Amino acid sequence: MSPNLLTIDAAAVDWARAQFALTAIYHWLFVPLTLGLGLIMSIMETRYYRTGDDFWRRTTQFWQRLFGINFAVGVATGIILEFEFGTNWSNYSWLVGDIFGAPLAIEGIIAFFMESTFVAVMYFGWDKVSRGFHLASTWLTWLGATISAWWILVANAWMQYPVGCEFNPDTMRNEMTSFFDVALSPFAIDKFCHTVISSWVIGAAFVVAVSAWYLLKRRAAEREMALKSLRIGAVVGLVASVGAAVSGDESAYKVAEVQPMKLAAMEALYNGGTDQSLTAVAWVNPFRQPDYTTEGEAPLRVAIPNGLSILATRTVHGFVPGVNDILNGYTLEDGTVVPSAAEKMARGRAAIAALAAYRQAKADGADEATLSTHLAALRADMPYFGYGFVKDEAELVPYIPVNFWAFRIMVGLGSLFILFFALILFLEWRKRDVSQMRWLLMAAIAMLPCAYVCSESGWLVAEFGRQPWTIQDMLPVSASVSDVEAGAVAATFWLFLTLFTAMLAVEVNIMLKQIKRGSEHNS
Amino acid sequence: MMTPADIYRFYRDGFRQMTLGRTLWLVILVKLFVIFAILKVFFFPDFIGRHAAPGAEADFVAGELMNRK
Repeated sequence: MSPNLLTIDAAAVDWARAQFALTAIYHWLFVPLTLGLGLIMSIMETRYYRTGDDFWRRTTQFWQRLFGINFAVGVATGIILEFEFGTNWSNYSWLVGDIFGAPLAIEGIIAFFMESTFVAVMYFGWDKVSRGFHLASTWLTWLGATISAWWILVANAWMQYPVGCEFNPDTMRNEMTSFFDVALSPFAIDKFCHTVISSWVIGAAFVVAVSAWYLLKRRAAEREMALKSLRIGAVVGLVASVGAAVSGDESAYKVAEVQPMKLAAMEALYNGGTDQSLTAVAWVNPFRQPDYTTEGEAPLRVAIPNGLSILATRTVHGFVPGVNDILNGYTLEDGTVVPSAAEKMARGRAAIAALAAYRQAKADGADEATLSTHLAALRADMPYFGYGFVKDEAELVPYIPVNFWAFRIMVGLGSLFILFFALILFLEWRKRDVSQMRWLLMAAIAMLPCAYVCSESGWLVAEFGRQPWTIQDMLPVSASVSDVEAGAVAATFWLFLTLFTAMLAVEVNIMLKQIKRGSEHNS
Repeated sequence: MMTPADIYRFYRDGFRQMTLGRTLWLVILVKLFVIFAILKVFFFPDFIGRHAAPGAEADFVAGELMNRK
């Protein structure tokens, strides 16, 4: 046994997870605004291109300045995640290196060439390139950011639904067998659609909130810009929030198929079955894991009959497994038997033993027949490899309260956004003067932080829900983490918290100053 | 068709005319310095590179995983 392993402290895993979560949450403050505001400013510039009206040029330039602030502060914050892979998550990093290499390299190249080229034309090119070329550059800046998001989300989706790969016991790496299976996995497509479309909601909420602030302050110079921006923001917001609901439904369907435990945790569904209802509200104590083995269901539950069966199986009477079903094993309607956690753990340990035997035999110069025997044993149990690291069945159940409440916050706020943007457009359609409705304008400003809470809640569901897995069924976090000292990771956690808070304060400060200066200020 | 000189002048003039952009570039440069010259160098070493001999990385990871079961 490696002496290093004797120093492994559970707290190191916790600190490494906390640090990764902190970095990812911080990074995700900037990315959705880039994607959402990029779309809206491109639409505005398209209006300028079509009408030639200088108002739309000034309006586009104003929103491009705010886009630039967000872009500048957010750029490169994602690189820190890659540093953390190499230091804190080295086992995981080694195992996925061959899979992640291609998408991340493509992302880096596209991000560098597309974004850096077209961002420059977008900011420096007014009156120096044709209007058409400038418009194309603005759209391509947005497209470049969106394509970057695609590759990152492909990498994330692969961890949740690993496809297109084969484990090589000689190199100890997962090697890509099909680039297209990885790049176009159905899980990746759903994740991309839901994540990017929900980012447009944040862009819309931002534009509506800033416009509402100008109207509240009765800034005459910005009144027309605010009113027209509010309208465009509401249209984009309504389309995006409805799109996010539709793509979210599709994501949930896919989660039910490949990550049933995540769905069970989202629903606090302890015991599944056919004709499952969808929980609207229930009392799940946020501060402790419920006793799912003895509780029949969460107390004070209000549910939509058959809703969960429809969501998870697309049939009214479909079978949906609960936490206990997944732990004890169950049989699907098509006759497929899903093994119990105990059996999966036993097969996982057998896979690890076969891997050890194979590598030992290889080192000893064993003959081909012996190697083939070990390899066949490894291949037979490889789908359960990760379960071999699990000590207790309870480790396989993610923290239910976070999943349950984060899912409800996301869906609740998402529904509120549909109503809010629809209300703005309804009032506009009825020719009501929204600039006089203080309650509406104040609500618009309050909706901006709600958009971020909604978006981050979605990530909490996605990432907490897949615990204990770094790679679904293949590698738990306890085996992914490096043998690092908890104190070292804790120190960088606090360092990051300080650094990120300072950078966020810088951004908010610059952003607020720029908003106060208004649309007439040129820079 | 833009020549390399035109492209150079395009960027040069663009950078010269920046106002808000100067502040943003300062933010970017300070951030990149902190990320690459401080965080990467002092806080985020290549863990496997430090603990495994060159060419023996797979053995190191195998040992880590198999002993953690």
